[in-house]
Amino acid sequence: MAEELHQIRLTVNGTAHDLRVPARRLLSDALRHDLALTGTHVGCEHGVCGACTVLLDGDPVRACLVFAVSVQGQEITTVEGLTRPDGALGPVQQAFAECHGLQCGFCTPGFLTTITAGIRDNPEPTHDEAREMIAGNLCRCTGYQNIVKAVERAAVLAREGVEGDRPGDGSELEAGQLAGDDRADDAATTGLGA
Amino acid sequence: MTTKLMGQPVQRVEDQRFLRGQGRYTDDVLTAPGDDVVLHAAVLRSPHAHARIVDIDVSEVLDVEGVHAVWTYEDLEGLSPAMAQPLPLLIPHPALTQGRTQYALAKDEVNYVGEAVALVVATDRYIAEDAVGLIRVDYDILPAVVGIEAAREARHLVHDDVPGNLGARLVQEVGDAPAAVAAAPHRLALDLTIERSACMPLEGRGTVARWDPDTDRLQLWTSTQSSTGVRAAVAVKLGLALGQVDVVTPDVGGGFGVKIVHPWPEELLVPLAARALGRPVKFTEDRREHFISSAHERGQVQHVEVGFDDEGRVLGLDVEFWHDHGAYTPYGLIVPIITSTQLLGPYKPGAYRVAFESLYTNTVIVTPYRGAGRPQGCFAMERTMDAIADYLGKDRTEVRAANFIQPDEFPYDHQMVFQDGRPLVYDSGDYPAMLGKLKALVGWDEFPAYQAEMAAQGRQVGIGLGCYVEGTGVGPYEGAHVHVETSGKVKVAIGLTTQGQGHQTVFAQLVADELGVKFEDVEVVSGDTRRMPYAVGTFASRAAVMSGSAVHLAAKRAKEKVLRIAADALEADEADLQIVDGVVSVKGAPDASIDLGTVSVLSNPLRYAFDEASKAATQFTVGDPGKPPVAEDDEPGLEGKDFYSPDRATFASGMHAVIVETDPQTAEITILKYAVVHDCGTVINPMIVEGQIHGGVAQGIGGSLYERMAYDSSGQLLNASFMDFLMPYVTEVPDGIAIDHLETPSPLNPLGIKGAGEAGVIPTAAAFAGAIEDAERRTRSDASITAMPISPSELYTLRQDTP
Repeated sequence: MAEELHQIRLTVNGTAHDLRVPARRLLSDALRHDLALTGTHVGCEHGVCGACTVLLDGDPVRACLVFAVSVQGQEITTVEGLTRPDGALGPVQQAFAECHGLQCGFCTPGFLTTITAGIRDNPEPTHDEAREMIAGNLCRCTGYQNIVKAVERAAVLAREGVEGDRPGDGSELEAGQLAGDDRADDAATTGLGA
Repeated sequence: MTTKLMGQPVQRVEDQRFLRGQGRYTDDVLTAPGDDVVLHAAVLRSPHAHARIVDIDVSEVLDVEGVHAVWTYEDLEGLSPAMAQPLPLLIPHPALTQGRTQYALAKDEVNYVGEAVALVVATDRYIAEDAVGLIRVDYDILPAVVGIEAAREARHLVHDDVPGNLGARLVQEVGDAPAAVAAAPHRLALDLTIERSACMPLEGRGTVARWDPDTDRLQLWTSTQSSTGVRAAVAVKLGLALGQVDVVTPDVGGGFGVKIVHPWPEELLVPLAARALGRPVKFTEDRREHFISSAHERGQVQHVEVGFDDEGRVLGLDVEFWHDHGAYTPYGLIVPIITSTQLLGPYKPGAYRVAFESLYTNTVIVTPYRGAGRPQGCFAMERTMDAIADYLGKDRTEVRAANFIQPDEFPYDHQMVFQDGRPLVYDSGDYPAMLGKLKALVGWDEFPAYQAEMAAQGRQVGIGLGCYVEGTGVGPYEGAHVHVETSGKVKVAIGLTTQGQGHQTVFAQLVADELGVKFEDVEVVSGDTRRMPYAVGTFASRAAVMSGSAVHLAAKRAKEKVLRIAADALEADEADLQIVDGVVSVKGAPDASIDLGTVSVLSNPLRYAFDEASKAATQFTVGDPGKPPVAEDDEPGLEGKDFYSPDRATFASGMHAVIVETDPQTAEITILKYAVVHDCGTVINPMIVEGQIHGGVAQGIGGSLYERMAYDSSGQLLNASFMDFLMPYVTEVPDGIAIDHLETPSPLNPLGIKGAGEAGVIPTAAAFAGAIEDAERRTRSDASITAMPISPSELYTLRQDTP
């Protein structure tokens, strides 16, 4: 017996996608395998590692614990949506590059989305707050030392950035940081490149 | 002149794609939007640790819409005869008289929970897993052998034909250690235990295969640490010529050792299915599968007898240990051999004897995890050093210093055989200087005053240290290919794989330095057998040593050719030429110059021009009409290829110290300071080396305080999830790790490099045991720590048992 499929519209990084998926399709699988947005990684599929973290209306959620059919009409931001419209790295991405905040890169997308929301809510985190901000994500490579540095650096870069590049509060995403809403129908915003 | 990049903290080039979400990991392959061509595999795994398979009924699966294939062992012979044979025993050893490996799908018997029993291929992973759930297997359950004690007792056998569950017994001795111990002025005996842990990369295993009937070739992407190893194994098992198999290792989400094992059953079953079904097939391991079907490490029980003099000098060291290698031995005896040889660390005992037994249990296989037997060896040796110091009432660093190999004693021959079958000879190091640095870095001499100050406040703090030597960069070889394209861009291929170490960056640094080109003009490709078919793999902290040396040598060859062609073109002497930023010029006469792209054009005599630049190389333009266009001992193209194959490993070293606080009430263990001094010879990129140390220390902390594989007596793994297997978050690692470097270059390779990848994890458990013991000793006379990892509840129990 064939599975019943549900028609849904997922809005990811400002682009609307119409999909037919089974009710049990995880958001992480829908992003990766139905939309080919493979930047979101799956590390445990039980909500502990945080690699699959995406922003749902601006708030970090574990895409492996969310059914795709349940986020109809909400705004999803993935790691691909953190790059600036001109292709330059956003402040959190840039900070990770400068601070050697990643090694194998597998957990990195979940850290980037988490920190993006974190420094939006707390633009000037103390050192302890920077550590707290990433305390729900697992990394097996870096020992976290440089990720903490990257949080602090990202906050500086975001504060220094031009007004338009500041992360939005999620409900009204601003150009550049979280999603390019001026690029709603541009396939290039999937971040997949050529 | 361009600044040398060797030793510079160059930012990583690979980060650009990772940070944009454009990395390409195995599960990302063949995910084009709307692509429903690829099929997905799921594996039925044994729910029992030990059982005979009486019957497998797959009839219900066949009715499931979307299922394309369901296979058990019975199907393998018909698909490829070699698939019906056991998986390869990768590293045979004469002492491994009872080596056993599993079948790709279990034949008649299962020997651990998680062993592959059947394969389903379906249109998506959800349906494949549904179908797996419909397979009915009738098992005859057998008694499980779990843990070293049960294996040694051998009341039950894992394999009927392996008496005593004994896979191998190996003894190495230098001098007469038992006699030396007996004759020594002082003697001690220690019994020690280390639990199992595992690599736990955040990306599990994964394999994708596509059979191309038009070219009669197999394309395989797999998350491995050895592309060439997988290629050879797949060719043999599928009955293909090597030339029909291309293996590409895309981005790998961490390895730490587990992915050096190959071929995993799925690495064979997936290409087999792709060929049989005529569709691409993908397998992506989930986390529970990784816990119960990928390798573990560490589990050992050790007995040490040591004899020493009044200064703490070890006169005789007699070690026996028992190594739990799980249900099968695909990776031979590598882990216990490393434990038995690297246990010696920076020391020179008068006489040494080490014997180990490698034992079968009904648990997941044991193969190298970062450190690969060294953390256990270091634990045994450093616990012994601490015990000697305690016995003699001496400072722990003094006892160690009394046993160090001295800087003027290199090369130092331990007269033993190392894991690569070659002599255990240390090439260089300076252990006394390193200890001096560590003491300064952690504040060793000032610590007693701090400890007393804390004690006055009712707080228990302790300090511990661990010293190690690590044989890195074992052979047999690695190679590199450097190609200067007509654009002037330099394309480099290495054969081993990369899983986060920044190879694209560090090897580009080496090429830029040697060839005189801009860093950004160099692109490095790794782990693609189409680009470099001869390679070994990424393990044993060998990439920088082996591929680094090969890249350097290959770049040198390319440079020689550049200079030869440029000298001809510029009508100058090679000795007068320099290459700066990709332009060859005559020193002192900058107008006489030629760029590398043009040199590349000239290196390849052409009949047909394809653009403006290539006209310069056509037959009416270049060459002496009286000579062959390509000289007899030459070949077309501006390329350099070379291999590096050392006599033996190079020995890196390091020392860690940790200060901990133990809570008098709750026994909670808090890290107050962690210090590392590290010698990996010449450093290519200090930023990357420090990153490796950070990560190693974090894994070491996990292995010391949190991580263990909790098997029950029936062989069920009770904590097979990230909720129950406690890996460190940022909250479990110290806020800052103090690092100091020492550089004693290796004389064995052209750049003086020693490996750095595994180092951080090796002495961690030893250092923690010493520190916790030191903290506890403030209030208890017998505070010996003999088993790792240690949790607060275990420390609490120890306090109750030995108040």
